Amino acid sequence: MDIRIENLSKQFGRYPAVENVSLHIRSGELVALLGPSGSGKTTLLRLIAGLEQPTGGRILFGDEDASRKSVQERNVGFVFQHYALFKHMSVGDNIGFGLRVRPRAQRPRRAEIRARAAELLDLVQLPGYGDRFPAQLSGGQRQRVALARALAIEPRVLLLDEPFGALDAKVRKDLRRWLRELHDKTGHTTVFVTHDQEEAIELADRVVVLNKGVIEQVGTPDEIYDAPASPFVHGFIGEASSLPVTLSNREVWLEDRWTGLRCNETGEALLFFRPNAVDVVEECSGCIAGVVVGSRRVADRKRVEIEIGKGRHRIEIDLPADRSAAERQRIAFRPTNWHIYPSAGSRVAPARALVDA
Amino acid sequence: MAVETMTLFTSPASPPRRLRSATSEAPEIKVVLTTSALLFVAIFLLLPLAAVFVEAFRGGIAAYLSAITEPDALTAIRLTLAVAAIAVSFNLVFGVAAAWAIAKFEFKGKSLLTTLIDLPFSVSPVISGLVYVLLFGAQGYLGPWLGERGVQIVFAIPGIVLATIFVTFPFVARELIPLMQEQGTAEEEAALSLGANGWQTFVFVTLPNIKWALLYGVLLCNARAMGEFGAVAVISGKIRGVTNTMPLQVEILYNEYALSAAFAVASLLALLALVTLAIKTLLEWRFADGIAVGRSH
Repeated sequence: MDIRIENLSKQFGRYPAVENVSLHIRSGELVALLGPSGSGKTTLLRLIAGLEQPTGGRILFGDEDASRKSVQERNVGFVFQHYALFKHMSVGDNIGFGLRVRPRAQRPRRAEIRARAAELLDLVQLPGYGDRFPAQLSGGQRQRVALARALAIEPRVLLLDEPFGALDAKVRKDLRRWLRELHDKTGHTTVFVTHDQEEAIELADRVVVLNKGVIEQVGTPDEIYDAPASPFVHGFIGEASSLPVTLSNREVWLEDRWTGLRCNETGEALLFFRPNAVDVVEECSGCIAGVVVGSRRVADRKRVEIEIGKGRHRIEIDLPADRSAAERQRIAFRPTNWHIYPSAGSRVAPARALVDA
Repeated sequence: MAVETMTLFTSPASPPRRLRSATSEAPEIKVVLTTSALLFVAIFLLLPLAAVFVEAFRGGIAAYLSAITEPDALTAIRLTLAVAAIAVSFNLVFGVAAAWAIAKFEFKGKSLLTTLIDLPFSVSPVISGLVYVLLFGAQGYLGPWLGERGVQIVFAIPGIVLATIFVTFPFVARELIPLMQEQGTAEEEAALSLGANGWQTFVFVTLPNIKWALLYGVLLCNARAMGEFGAVAVISGKIRGVTNTMPLQVEILYNEYALSAAFAVASLLALLALVTLAIKTLLEWRFADGIAVGRSH
């Protein structure tokens, strides 16, 4: 099911949770809504489901306007953050619920409902769990039952609110991979909400980055990671270091030093790069240099904090774990993959480079 | 060295001091506390209750039976049961509606509604009786208008029902509100997203989640409805054989020095309360899990 969101807004009292959002979700796509808490991602999901009514704009399911329809009429499968399984019903009854409450004319026979529930339990890899109660299941199992329950009504679109938020790291990873496989098998248009950028990048076909109710960027995981459209996206996806720079003469200058980078723009700007995308160089004519003020071990690298220039800007770069980085030691480096964003008030166009000039 | 240490600790000459768990008390204190609690219950609760039954049967079984089958007594019993049934069913519906509104929606005046629900608890029942006399009595605001149309509320059964409803207003709602607030709306939203309509959501999802608290509230409401004295005394006019409920009947008989008859009716009233209590205990014991999910008294 193709979903088109057009200029959608939602205000809670005076507080705008979602502001003028437009988005096209293609049929069969797996899309992540990614953002920090309060970014409006869950509100957007609930608006698509019909659990909230928009204060402006509309939502199209295919060619029909869904925004005037109730949640029941929209036929969406919604998986809640804390599963919201019916505690007093067995797993089988939970899954069959959506079929049992259908109007008599469309309601399958009881045996059919049971068969469908068993089929879905097989699909979510919990065969034979139909007679258990939610309280007897682990978190990951409950999550899968909630998914089976949402799939039982043959939804036009599957919506998941922080699907792995309440699970421990190991289960999370397994479920993530499993959900991707399930999506590829069933082909549902799926939208999920997460605050975990790693999860969004690993799982989704496309990622929608939200901040303060506004879409910052929509793109494939590669685009989001390699070409972040704004300082916010750069900082939110992966690690980021930033420095205020001046662009002049097709060169990027940090205070009174040339950084060794070239750029066609002119004016005040911010230079962003990732700690792992730097080349350490010996003293040079064009580089960024500073003194080590601290270091710590991050996975298989050593992350070094460096203080740079008169402004005492602190940034981080990664070094091989065995490389020495004593305090006050001087280190020079050059970013290999970097981005220029306009600093507040300047009109520099965003620019990027993969290889230094 | 190690061996020496061990023998030192296991030596019978210095038995290890028995350590209590942090929240436990010394045995003497336990005994004192328990005894005083039991003694208190015996003197203030059990003794009076036993006295009611002893006094009721002082004249023998035959006298007891004739006292409770006397026409005025029978009328009082019937009236009490009828009033309780009406008041409880009304407050059942109101309580669920109010709890639903308060727990699941945000609206203006919500805190006012919450406070108002508690009003009957803080107002003396006599006042609630008086209020209805003031509203519906012959000299009241609405009394003359209603009287012209042949509707009698004060000194009649409708007045008793109204006063009882007022007094027992909070029980069901008070029982449900905290539970429903705690449960939130996620399960209801899940039901709606699966295609259930409002009624199906209420019957299949909400009701099963609140049934024990609801039953509990109904029992408390019922106990109070049957035992209400003050409000009913003011509004009923205490007409023998017509508007006398059981508590009023007990008082009248007592004032007439018909002690054993008074105690006979009182014993019946006490029995009803005991049955209610027994049902409540039975439910708690039988469905401990379901109640514990919510909140237990």
